[in-house]
Amino acid sequence: MTDIALNPAAPASARPARRDIGLKRRYAAERRFKLYGITAIAIGIFFLLALLFSVFSNGYTAFWQTEVRLAINLDPKIIDPDNKRASDPNVLLTANYPILARNALAEKLGVPTTDKPAMRELGKLFSEGVRGQLRELVAGNPSLIGTTQDVWVLTGADIDSAFKGQIDLGVDQERRKVSDRQVEWMNKLKSEGAMAQRFNTGLFTYGASSRPETSGLGVALIGSLYMMLIVLCLSLPIGVAASIYLEEYAKKSRLTDIIEVNINNLAAVPSIVFGLLGLAVFINFFHMPRSASLVGGLVLTLMTLPTIIIATRAALRAVPPSIRAAALGVGASKTQMVFHHVLPLAAPGILTGTIIGLAHALGETAPLLLIGMVAFVANNPVTPLDPSTALPVQIYMWANEAERAFVERTSGAIIVLLIFLAVMNITAIILRRRFERRW
Amino acid sequence: MNLMTERNLEKAVNDKMSAQANAIKMQGKDVTVHYGDKQALFGVSLDVPEKMVTALIGPSGCGKSTFLRSLNRMNDTIEGCRVGGLITLDDEDIYNPKIDVVELRARVGMVFQKPNPFPKSIFENVAYGPRIHGLAKNRQELDEIVEKSLRRASLFEEVKDRLHEAGTGLSGGQQQRLCIARAIAVSPEVILMDEPCSALDPIATAKVEELIDELRENYTIVIVTHSMQQAARVSQRTAMFHLGNLVEVGDTEMMFTSPTEKRTQDYITGRFG
Repeated sequence: MTDIALNPAAPASARPARRDIGLKRRYAAERRFKLYGITAIAIGIFFLLALLFSVFSNGYTAFWQTEVRLAINLDPKIIDPDNKRASDPNVLLTANYPILARNALAEKLGVPTTDKPAMRELGKLFSEGVRGQLRELVAGNPSLIGTTQDVWVLTGADIDSAFKGQIDLGVDQERRKVSDRQVEWMNKLKSEGAMAQRFNTGLFTYGASSRPETSGLGVALIGSLYMMLIVLCLSLPIGVAASIYLEEYAKKSRLTDIIEVNINNLAAVPSIVFGLLGLAVFINFFHMPRSASLVGGLVLTLMTLPTIIIATRAALRAVPPSIRAAALGVGASKTQMVFHHVLPLAAPGILTGTIIGLAHALGETAPLLLIGMVAFVANNPVTPLDPSTALPVQIYMWANEAERAFVERTSGAIIVLLIFLAVMNITAIILRRRFERRW
Repeated sequence: MNLMTERNLEKAVNDKMSAQANAIKMQGKDVTVHYGDKQALFGVSLDVPEKMVTALIGPSGCGKSTFLRSLNRMNDTIEGCRVGGLITLDDEDIYNPKIDVVELRARVGMVFQKPNPFPKSIFENVAYGPRIHGLAKNRQELDEIVEKSLRRASLFEEVKDRLHEAGTGLSGGQQQRLCIARAIAVSPEVILMDEPCSALDPIATAKVEELIDELRENYTIVIVTHSMQQAARVSQRTAMFHLGNLVEVGDTEMMFTSPTEKRTQDYITGRFG
């Protein structure tokens, strides 16, 4: 272009052509780059939505459980045929409660109790879990024996799936798990309002079970809670102390360089390696119990420490040097400088890093498999030394089950886990916003 | 010469008398400073007379801030920094291992280039020093110290109604005076100022300079400045640094009227720097 300006043949009236500084090219490059960015974000959002859609569409039904209302006659002749309950409390624990429920249902549907095949099919309408439910009711209040109680009883997993429309009733009844007669009963109960979907509290309270309708996240929630507490109580003080020492006190030397490289490496070590370490050190060497949330917490602490140390060091480094100089300038000692000024200013960053580390630990599965937390634990753990599972491990175990009801529970558990993670991350953001100071 | 106003000339003449009478508060003998392999100061010997303002001038990177920072051992915080030679405060070697650096910094306060109040309330900013040094027995005494310090820094009237608001919410000039109040709250003997007005506008600068002049009655002040006018206005003694060496030191009046060194003259008249 400059050639034109210098060209003497150009008409004198024309303004000298401006030098081409490539504006068009630059704007094109800018637009192109914006487009790349938007595409990248769109791809990300698409996959996120696809994930959320598949999880939620499979999983939201897990929060409702079909139940059937039965007027159960707590017949003393069946519960306690020999009338020994005053002397032998075991009678109430071993009584044949499912018979009571079956009779109540037969009465309601008008099925003669003598019709054995019908009674067998009828018995599958409700869950075996009715045994525990009625046992708890009667053992808790023996005076109910002889009365008739209205009880909501869990339906069997197959009936539950059929009720939610998850079983294709168009196929021949031989090839599905629910017979035509059961469907007929189901519809009858539904029209009478005696069968309905109710909020599935069992999902949050039950432990492991081979029956989907009585299996829940109770044990996993307690186990995860214990582990999070252990991780928080150990990794936060250790991590912050280590970071403060490295960042504020330690003289730069070959040793601190090596430590730094190692910490960064540890943050990238596959979590399963930490599981192996936990197995070798905590279980085989220190003989801690298997499947215990204490060991799980310790392993996750090891895994979270590097994350917290890196976040804390970054937060400490972000505190402007002028604040340190100001504190030292009025005669504060180094420790006073750190604890009065630097640490409070770094706290939001430290908290954010800690919560993100915790969220990471909450979703960690692999190391827990190695230390035996993948176990069939039916009873709620009382202490961190009792066997338990964890939320992601429970998801892993349920994902291995074939039944339709377990599939929806797997997704339901994923939703619960996602909600926990979202809450933690939102808390981190709120804390950061709240305590962020400007200088 | 043209930098000096008549008023300053008069003042400088008056100060000259006292300059000779004042005792030596701090003394540097053959001070060398290394940052790692790089030497920043090459044997500087400089006396700081008591209750007087000593200005350190010179082009950027000449070592004047380095010298200032070695007077209260702020250089200790810089990795790889080594200080040689002898620096004394009241004839006591401040680099003696027996000297407590915390106590030293309580005696030799510092005001920095950029106003750096703590992100706390105005009150807390001033009260912090007295509190950590245990200078106040109770809340009432602390209140008194804070008020006195703010008054001395001529800031009290401006902030008395918002002592518990953030110190960072003040204007730049007010922030710098707050930092000066913070420094004098611990009753130091010497106050070091590292280009205290370089981030301030002319009006705020004038206020701070006025303040420095008042503080001279009670404190020994060493100030690093880039501004010749400022050195001429506030100081009684001036030391000229160049490339890590002390070129010349003398009464401010002398330095600005008849410097003995050509380099000083060139710098003062703006021929280099």
